[in-house]
Amino acid sequence: MTTEQTYETVDMMLNMGPQHPATHGVFRMVLTVDGEHVVDVTPHIGYLHRGSEKLAENETYGQVITLFDRLDYVANLNNELIFCRAAERLMGIDPPERGQYIRVILAELNRLASHLLFIGTYAIDLGAMTPIMYGFRERERIQNLFESVTGARMMHNFIRIGGVKEDVPPDFVPRVRALADDVQRGVEEIDRLLTFNEVFLARTRGVGVIDVPTALSCGLTGPGLRASGVAYDVRKDYPHEVYPYLSYKVPVGENGDCWDRYYMRVLECYESLSMVRQCLDQMEEGPVMAQMRRIARPPKGEVYVHGENPRGDIGVFLVSDGTDKPYRVKVRPPSFCNLVALRPMMRDAYIADAVAILGSLDIVLGEVDR
Amino acid sequence: MIGTLKGMLTTVRWLLRRPVTAHYPEQHLPVQERYMGFPALLMDDTAGEPFCTGCMVCVRECPTQCMSAQMHDNPKFTDGTSHRRKIINEFEINLNRCILCGICVDVCSFDAIEMSYEHELASYARAGSRADLDLLLEQGRRYMEMSGWNPENPEKNVAGVALAKRAAAAAAKTAAGEAGPADDSTEGGE
Ligand code: SF4
Ligand code: SF4
Repeated sequence: MTTEQTYETVDMMLNMGPQHPATHGVFRMVLTVDGEHVVDVTPHIGYLHRGSEKLAENETYGQVITLFDRLDYVANLNNELIFCRAAERLMGIDPPERGQYIRVILAELNRLASHLLFIGTYAIDLGAMTPIMYGFRERERIQNLFESVTGARMMHNFIRIGGVKEDVPPDFVPRVRALADDVQRGVEEIDRLLTFNEVFLARTRGVGVIDVPTALSCGLTGPGLRASGVAYDVRKDYPHEVYPYLSYKVPVGENGDCWDRYYMRVLECYESLSMVRQCLDQMEEGPVMAQMRRIARPPKGEVYVHGENPRGDIGVFLVSDGTDKPYRVKVRPPSFCNLVALRPMMRDAYIADAVAILGSLDIVLGEVDR
Repeated sequence: MIGTLKGMLTTVRWLLRRPVTAHYPEQHLPVQERYMGFPALLMDDTAGEPFCTGCMVCVRECPTQCMSAQMHDNPKFTDGTSHRRKIINEFEINLNRCILCGICVDVCSFDAIEMSYEHELASYARAGSRADLDLLLEQGRRYMEMSGWNPENPEKNVAGVALAKRAAAAAAKTAAGEAGPADDSTEGGE
């Protein structure tokens, strides 16, 4: 009897998700692990697919805005804005200045709300319970403001083709000013609590590093790309709305690790707050909606418009055949494209860091799957 | 170490502050003035009938096709107590499908539908989420009371105002054209 047996070392497949709390939705990764190291990762998406792009072909332009609300459901107003800008470009409409200021204020506040949520959930991913409470507290203030302006806390349908639905309530300016001060304090508090915490640093510093060429070839955009050191920001590089009138910095990181990706978002919070304040200073009375027919009916043609969402560069390719319904709506969702960078980031990371890396990408599955 | 202590200090400060959490079922936060709850129909008290004429514009424009409406000839129009030729007979909104987008309110040109403050409409049965005309009007009544709602376009839509205006116009006409042939053609509502 031979006692000698040959054992072969094989990589193990580890299934993570789709019901894993750290995947922020229904997202499945199949990790190939060699001991403690991740060799490869295959993302599986589509659990939240609703066919938004196809649905949009059967809805009028006004109705499509409600679909865009539901793509990136953490940054609804930014999504509405991008579709409205696309349709406006196609129709050759320029929204009035006050409308643009309102749109930018709301979009920046929504960016803030989204980043606050990210900071909180990212800390939870890493096992810290407190920051989410702080993040939600601040986000709640912003949501309350949204409720008083748009009437809804999340699915607003407020930004319309040609401007915004209605003017802001009379107490808007003082209210936003007070809100900006409150949120500023809140962000500073979270910043103090988390950013230079030793445990947090140990979990995120040097983890999930991605260098510039890889990041660019993966199509990474947004805070993730800026963390690697590329100052690419659609608001700066392709001026639109009233962004050229505002002065702000584009925070840029050095190492392209998880901590940098986190910190970029914290810094962006401050920038957004300063932008909101500048908008309030510059905003003047006036109409909020361009003169146009009630039913949007863009002429035949196609257009590609992109903008800076909290998660990165969102693009909309809109084809019109001259009817009141779009012929094709293609979205370039930043979360989906950023997910491509998951594999190079995760290679040779520890399993324990997989959640940290995925969390730092800040994906929203509603947008990934559409 | 220093970072951790700093964090501790931040959290410890919270011991002295008031909590910001609201305990939901016991404690209800007030909704904001513009809050968009489920759509509700409004009642024109001057004629004792809903504003809605059943024109079906909202039904067609609703992105989720969650409404249905049916109109009939308005008996009050023949009586002369209302300016609405047609009136809603049945109206149903499937609140399970409604996405609270407010498009129906935007497209209605009769001030008939508003986003009410109703938002707690959980029910045990699926069919419990189907709001019929009575429920919608009841919600609309509540909304009118809570918000002090006023029609945007009363000259056109409020029966009392519209009829008074029409009567005044007719009186002026007969006064002006005393000698002319009697003009008794009634102007139609929508
Ligand atoms: S609610 Fe308004 S739009 Fe809808 S059927 Fe009634 S009158 Fe027409
Ligand atoms: S709010 Fe929107 S989804 Fe709801 S009934 Fe009105 S149009 Fe339809």
